[in-house]
Amino acid sequence: MALGLLTLLIVSIVIFVAVNLLPGDFAELILGQGATPEAVAKIREDLGLDQSLVSRYFGWLGGMLTGDLGSSFAQLNFQTNLGGAGGVTVAEQIAPRFANTMFLATVTAIIAVPIAVTLGILAALYRNTVFDRAANILTLSSISSPEFFMAYVLILFLAVLNPILPSLSNIYEGMAFSDRLEKTLLPALTLTLVVTAHMMRMTRAAIINLLASPYIEMARLKGMSPLRVIVKHALPNALAPIINVIALNLAYLITGVVVVEVVFVYPGIGQLFVDSVKIRDIPVVQACCLIFAAAYILLNLTADILSILSNPRLRHPK
Amino acid sequence: MTDTLLNIRGLKLEGRSDETWNPIINGVDLTLARGEVLGLIGESGAGKSTLGLAAMGFTRDGVRISNGSVEFDGIDLLTASAAVKRGLLGKRIAYVAQSAAASFNPAHRLIDQHVEGPVQHGVMARADSELDGMELYEKLRLPDPESIGFRYPHQVSGGQLQRAMTAMAMACRPDLIIFDEPTTALDVTTQIEVLASIRDIVEQFNTAAIYITHDLAVVAQMADRIKVLLKGDEVETADTRTMLSAPTQEYTKSLWAVRSFERPLKAPVVASAVPVVSVANVDAAYGKAKVLHDVSFDMHEGRTVAVVGESGSGKSTTARCITGLLPPTAGTISFGGEAMPADYRKRSKDQLRQVQMIYQMADTALNPRMSIGEIIARPVQFYLGLTGKEKRARVDALLDQIEMEPSEYYNRLPSELSGGQKQRIGIARALAAEPKFIICDEVTSALDQLVAEGILRLLAKLQDRLGLTYMFITHDLATVRAIADEVVVMKDGRVVEAGPKAEMFKPPHHPYTDLLLSSVPEMDPDWLTNLLQERGVDNIGDAAADKM
Repeated sequence: MALGLLTLLIVSIVIFVAVNLLPGDFAELILGQGATPEAVAKIREDLGLDQSLVSRYFGWLGGMLTGDLGSSFAQLNFQTNLGGAGGVTVAEQIAPRFANTMFLATVTAIIAVPIAVTLGILAALYRNTVFDRAANILTLSSISSPEFFMAYVLILFLAVLNPILPSLSNIYEGMAFSDRLEKTLLPALTLTLVVTAHMMRMTRAAIINLLASPYIEMARLKGMSPLRVIVKHALPNALAPIINVIALNLAYLITGVVVVEVVFVYPGIGQLFVDSVKIRDIPVVQACCLIFAAAYILLNLTADILSILSNPRLRHPK
Repeated sequence: MTDTLLNIRGLKLEGRSDETWNPIINGVDLTLARGEVLGLIGESGAGKSTLGLAAMGFTRDGVRISNGSVEFDGIDLLTASAAVKRGLLGKRIAYVAQSAAASFNPAHRLIDQHVEGPVQHGVMARADSELDGMELYEKLRLPDPESIGFRYPHQVSGGQLQRAMTAMAMACRPDLIIFDEPTTALDVTTQIEVLASIRDIVEQFNTAAIYITHDLAVVAQMADRIKVLLKGDEVETADTRTMLSAPTQEYTKSLWAVRSFERPLKAPVVASAVPVVSVANVDAAYGKAKVLHDVSFDMHEGRTVAVVGESGSGKSTTARCITGLLPPTAGTISFGGEAMPADYRKRSKDQLRQVQMIYQMADTALNPRMSIGEIIARPVQFYLGLTGKEKRARVDALLDQIEMEPSEYYNRLPSELSGGQKQRIGIARALAAEPKFIICDEVTSALDQLVAEGILRLLAKLQDRLGLTYMFITHDLATVRAIADEVVVMKDGRVVEAGPKAEMFKPPHHPYTDLLLSSVPEMDPDWLTNLLQERGVDNIGDAAADKM
């Protein structure tokens, strides 16, 4: 836990430095080619960009710790130019997007994890048969093709040739859950194709790795069926590596889905992130990065805890 | 022959290595009557386990049955469908493996694994089977039979696990149990308890059994009949008493004769002599757990000091203290009268050179990627600074010393050698540093008796020629008898008794030494029965050890 927090702190420094190393800043970009140095300096002063990197970092970190993610540069300007009051905070901007991303990740996980683990178990059970090879080839080719390609193939078959699902996932607030789910299905299926291979292959490998163990031989010599041997005797001992791979893939679902979001016009955090980088909206970029890092760390921490819980030696000490 | 339970005819098995199939068993016949116990003995690689598993119609990966028949109670196991076989395995034919610690699933409680057979085979309901399991635990004299089943395998000791596994094999009241070296991994005092339990329960339920072991004295206690295997062939079969008193084949006689090696006694050590290595008041701990308490003993030049005791008694920890791998928390280790730094990192190269080790598992102690020549040359170069032709000449001389032809073995890899040959390489590597003192940690316990005797003879010869001092860690008292000059008995991290061998094998003993000595199985088929009567049922093995 302490280690996780320390990692997060180090990551926050790396993020802050890296983001500030980006060439050009918001002031220059927003004012364009004909900007006068005075105007650029004025905006920088307004945004606090004229202060030193260190003081900006601590200001930002302090805000983070108190739950204040800062204000978005872009929204701030828009609002003040239009005469509106205050502006939009980063938190307000990210929150709905993040919720959408979590929704997509959850739907994908609910589809992908059971499929991957079941396929892995079956591949281990029927190892070196046609089924095993077919499962391997299919999942491997789906992981090897670019995501956008898989996305367009699915759109072609499930939205264009057979219009079962909508190809655009423009979900918005206040939408009925069923509509939302329907619109999310196609990107979720695309992501399922991407993450299944890794989890399935790890499940298969972790189980097969154990099949030479004396206790597996013992289970066979007790006359247990092959399926029971694998599910009851091998799987419980293979959980730790499987859990870790699942955690890594879930983290990917939160942090690495930009391409899929763009293809389906899904309003997730990935798109917001890319847009913010384009206009150097630094508070948003930093907050997104930190959320991604936190997601990784949190999921891996959870995986470690679950791995420990899956080990009877640690659960029931002598 | 209606009471024939198992009938194996002309069974041939092959194992695959390097893409070719090589014979493991070359046509063995075996019959077993109901309630009969057949002992199957031979060296490792004789095909005992493979034959034992084949008797269940089971082969491991990379093994196939090429010919013959296995008939169990009229059912041909080789042609029967997988489903039919599954219906028999666990229900009518059960298996007890060598290492219970590895053969119990670490993820489930003992009782859950116990009831799995009866429930899945539809023999008993879960609740009945649990109660029955507890009864069996009690019959096998496990402590707390009511609750021990609710523990996980890692929470139970090795001897207890082995009995729990026997109980599990009994769960469906099978007609036949295959015992595959069930006591090999256990200490002698624990072994007795397990042997007695197995024998009782097999008798009580009139279960037929095949008892596989390499230990003749053990099989003499357990079997009605003995079959001797050598490299996949049957040597001879006879009932136990005939086999022990009048073996007909040369090979069997040689097995019987192994235990006769014994070195002549040496003159007692001169009282004023400076010991080569002296362990004085040593305490040691792993983390907070203190494992050695005030251990002291001396080892003199040209002598072999055998350190005996059960696993966990602190034998190997003492060795780790002497080598400096585990610096003692108190006390000193001196070499030739001078105290050595406790930590090996602080010792000089010469001090390191003088203390060498030979390990129990030659398999894991030799780098599989290095040739024999490179393995031996490494200490030659490191300690003696020899290079080029001189180095090669020294390695050749060392190979000569361990009676292996240099030109033949120099470029081979460890994987191309037999277990005994690998152990010889381990000896050569230790000798390469030209040490005065060698620690031999259970160097023969992984070897067959004939091979082990060869190693012991070689070590004795080298000692006579080079004046080496050995610290010989072992739990096998037959080895002690063969090679030791002095004996140190350890228990729970303390020295219980120490002295010249002649005195140690003569009463009166410390009660623990007595227990150890009397627990070593003898080649007398009545030994176990007599011993149990002598000790009384409640005072055997573990229980007796605990009372001390």
